[in-house]
Amino acid sequence: MRRTLLHTLSGLVMAGMLAAPAFAQAPIKIGSVLSVTGPGSFLGDPEIKTFELYIEKINAEGGVLGRKLQLINYDDGTDANKANGFTKRLIEEDKVDIIIGGTTTGSTMAMVPLVEKAEIPFISLAGAVVIIEPVKKWVFKTPHTDRMAAEKVFEDMKKRGITKFGLLSENSGFGQSGKKETHAVAGKYGMQIVADEMYGPKDADVTTQLTKIKNTPGVQAIFVFGFGQGPAVVTKNYGQLGIAVPMYQSHGVASEQYIKLSGKAADGVRLPAAALLVANALPGSDAQKPVVVGYEKAYKDRFKQEVSTFGGHAYDGLMIAVGAFKRAGSTDKAKVRDAIEQTKGFVGTGGVVNMSPTDHLGLDLSAFRMLEIRNGDWTLAK
Amino acid sequence: MRRYRGLALTAAIIALLPLALPNNYYYDVAVRIGMNATMVVGLNLLIGYAGQISLGHAGFFGLGAYASALLTARYGWPPIAAMLAGMAGVGLIAFVVARPILRLRGHYLAMATLGLGIIIYMVLVNESAWTGGNDGMTVPGFSLLGVTVANERAWYWVTGAALLVAITLANNIVDSPVGRALRALHGSEVAAQVAGIDTARYKVKVFVVSAVFASAVGSMMAHYIGFITPQVSSFFHSIELVTMVVVGGMASTYGAVVGAVILTMLPQLLSSFEGYEMIVFGLILMGTVIFLPRGLLPTIAARLRKTG
Amino acid sequence: MLSQTLQYLFSGLTNGAIYALAALGFSLIYNASGVINFAQGEFIMLGGVSAVMLTSAGVPLPLAIFLAVLITAAAGLLLEKLAIEPAGNAEVVSLIIITIGASIFFQGVAQVVFGKGQRALAPFTGDAPIMLAGASLLPQSLWMIGTGAVIVLALAWFFERTRLGKALLATAHNRLAAQLVGINTRHVLAVSFVLSAALGAIAGVVSAPITLTSYDVGIMLGLKGFVAATLGGLGSAVGAVAGGLILGLMEALAAGYISSAYKDAVPFVLIILILFFMPRGLFGARVTERV
Repeated sequence: MRRTLLHTLSGLVMAGMLAAPAFAQAPIKIGSVLSVTGPGSFLGDPEIKTFELYIEKINAEGGVLGRKLQLINYDDGTDANKANGFTKRLIEEDKVDIIIGGTTTGSTMAMVPLVEKAEIPFISLAGAVVIIEPVKKWVFKTPHTDRMAAEKVFEDMKKRGITKFGLLSENSGFGQSGKKETHAVAGKYGMQIVADEMYGPKDADVTTQLTKIKNTPGVQAIFVFGFGQGPAVVTKNYGQLGIAVPMYQSHGVASEQYIKLSGKAADGVRLPAAALLVANALPGSDAQKPVVVGYEKAYKDRFKQEVSTFGGHAYDGLMIAVGAFKRAGSTDKAKVRDAIEQTKGFVGTGGVVNMSPTDHLGLDLSAFRMLEIRNGDWTLAK
Repeated sequence: MRRYRGLALTAAIIALLPLALPNNYYYDVAVRIGMNATMVVGLNLLIGYAGQISLGHAGFFGLGAYASALLTARYGWPPIAAMLAGMAGVGLIAFVVARPILRLRGHYLAMATLGLGIIIYMVLVNESAWTGGNDGMTVPGFSLLGVTVANERAWYWVTGAALLVAITLANNIVDSPVGRALRALHGSEVAAQVAGIDTARYKVKVFVVSAVFASAVGSMMAHYIGFITPQVSSFFHSIELVTMVVVGGMASTYGAVVGAVILTMLPQLLSSFEGYEMIVFGLILMGTVIFLPRGLLPTIAARLRKTG
Repeated sequence: MLSQTLQYLFSGLTNGAIYALAALGFSLIYNASGVINFAQGEFIMLGGVSAVMLTSAGVPLPLAIFLAVLITAAAGLLLEKLAIEPAGNAEVVSLIIITIGASIFFQGVAQVVFGKGQRALAPFTGDAPIMLAGASLLPQSLWMIGTGAVIVLALAWFFERTRLGKALLATAHNRLAAQLVGINTRHVLAVSFVLSAALGAIAGVVSAPITLTSYDVGIMLGLKGFVAATLGGLGSAVGAVAGGLILGLMEALAAGYISSAYKDAVPFVLIILILFFMPRGLFGARVTERV
């Protein structure tokens, strides 16, 4: 009894001694500024959870370059000014090696001048196309752009013979930017915006705006650009008013919460979203299947919640960073930046990423799938 | 000489503080403190001395910030000209609304200023073609006569100077007949009128002065951060500003500075209270106002005077 | 055309009912203490949030509603005892900051306990819309308007017929005189907070199925409730209800006929106009300030 114990103890001590040098180096510091509270928490909450889950996993499997990953996160409360201040703290005080974050476009844009000046790689988790257009040397992003969402929706509308639609956009940053892009690309697809209304993210009732759109002559569909709770209220009102024309949403509702809050009215709604939401329905030949199924299972097991694409984008950002560290073989900021820019064929939850010096997003329209909600679940639209 | 004691002390602190600041992040916090302090020194004249509430001053701050942003980014104006134009514009707006608004008292005044602040916020959000909406807009750096204020250290000195100027101005107003008139009307408006003071005129004056302070600091902040969003005009920001005055010390210029220091550092200190920030902030707010109703500095000063 | 206007009206009435209940809460507390309770919106939020948490824990709806109101009423009492009373005769600014601090505190607690997401309460009698002359009305809206009406009647009875109600009115008219005739004004203050909180909770519960509840749903509702109360005349119950309904209607009509972008600006433009031209509101009493 005593001898086995002694053996076990010495075995452990030896194992510990062997393992110790592997982690004796300083950890790789990953800085992030996320909107964990405030209006952006719909996005920020799955983001922080994903970071915590996967950094733990990676560390358990030996870390990166033999070093542990350490996450330093600050909550900007969906306030760009705070995001700016916390970014300074990450760069100057915490001396992080890379920054992944900026849940909203406002926060991201407030962080951009700082990362450019400090020359530190930055992977944004926000949506607007303005983040990577024009391309900024140190700034990358993982989510699909709002312009891509509009284009994907227009593609589908054309297939169904819809040319005139009513736009209902949210006056959040996401919605406003989405409205701008929708207007910008509508002409390219021969689309006509016959009604243009706005609503607020916290509105209790948008029947007024929907009634206006419904009564516009010639309207064939409604396109809603918003995220979080607002579009759910819109959808409920849409059901209440018994509107006949189909409804399209943006990728801002790509979360189970939207279906739960909207109820029956969500059936038949179409939206562009990452394959993550229909992970199990993908054909076995789909390149993304293993990645999205794996992420979904891990997230669900740990947090007992359905996945959302926002957490998926955080996963993509983290993995691209990790891949870049490995390819660069160090945490030298310039080398890591180059490695990120050279990301090719990375299969993430958002799509297959191929970056280049002129494309710091790396996704094209095929990365978006057109989904339809049927019987309270996501399905691939036919 | 006594009246310059506070000023000299503040100047000394500003001059010596850099010795304790290890890196740019600390300079950043110091700059933000300085800007907030400059702003609330002006607001304190309105709330603390004149006893008029304003729950919408962040609106003036935002107008100044966006005036600077728009004029420099879109029309290529020199930053100092944009800032002065902003101050003039805001001063005019404040002058126009001051007379009708300041006829109100207490809660009605609070509500009216609140409404004004929120309307400004909504305009900034909705006119996205001009302001970039909720996604904000980029602001060029601040340069004067070809010299750009480039980094946190440079801004530290600029802000420090601005704060000293603000304190001097505020002290001058307080120690002048205008200040005495303000304190009189704070005590009892009717009594002041009976004593022959044109209370309306003085209230308007101090309202405009505090609005102009707000606009100037708004412009500075916009150039410093290089990016603004309509959040700078939000109701919550107005509350933060009022809290700085109330917590630090009403009717005390240096109290306002102390309030700015505490409230600006609070988010940094609370960042480790993951998820509990709101609870802690609410408790601090309530606690300070209930137990230290005159604010931190006057209460401490009174305590010292009693024992000393 | 008629059905469109009718639809706007329904939307306005639905929102107006919530504003009316919020406004009643403001008026109650203002009457008893002269305090504008910026945390009123949070009472609405607490009611809705508690009801959702209780029902998802399996508590049957009627009991959940009762408990939610109880919890919020307790919160109101705590606010009065721990924050308002100790403040004593503080300046108006200080009282405003205290209630704002309370509002932030309540939001923080809700954020921790309820989470940051939004959740819905099941509608009381289903969500099949009722069609009326081409416009659709949700059954829950009828619940909201109906509950509002019942509450107003109950309050009227309370103030007219019960001693406690009359004591509240007396304190509102003249605090010193009320104390002189033996009314415990401190007690009255506590009751007004509890009542206000209960009102808010009911408004929150009854509107949660439509509006979706979350920890920050109270801010805007509170502000608009205050606008409604001022519009109707601070301190007047009739005014509060009228103000709430009018505000809801004006918002809906503005969004429908002018611009949906500035719909939320309507209450605030309205409040400024009222305060400039008619500060007493529609039904407010003439106030003489004693010097």
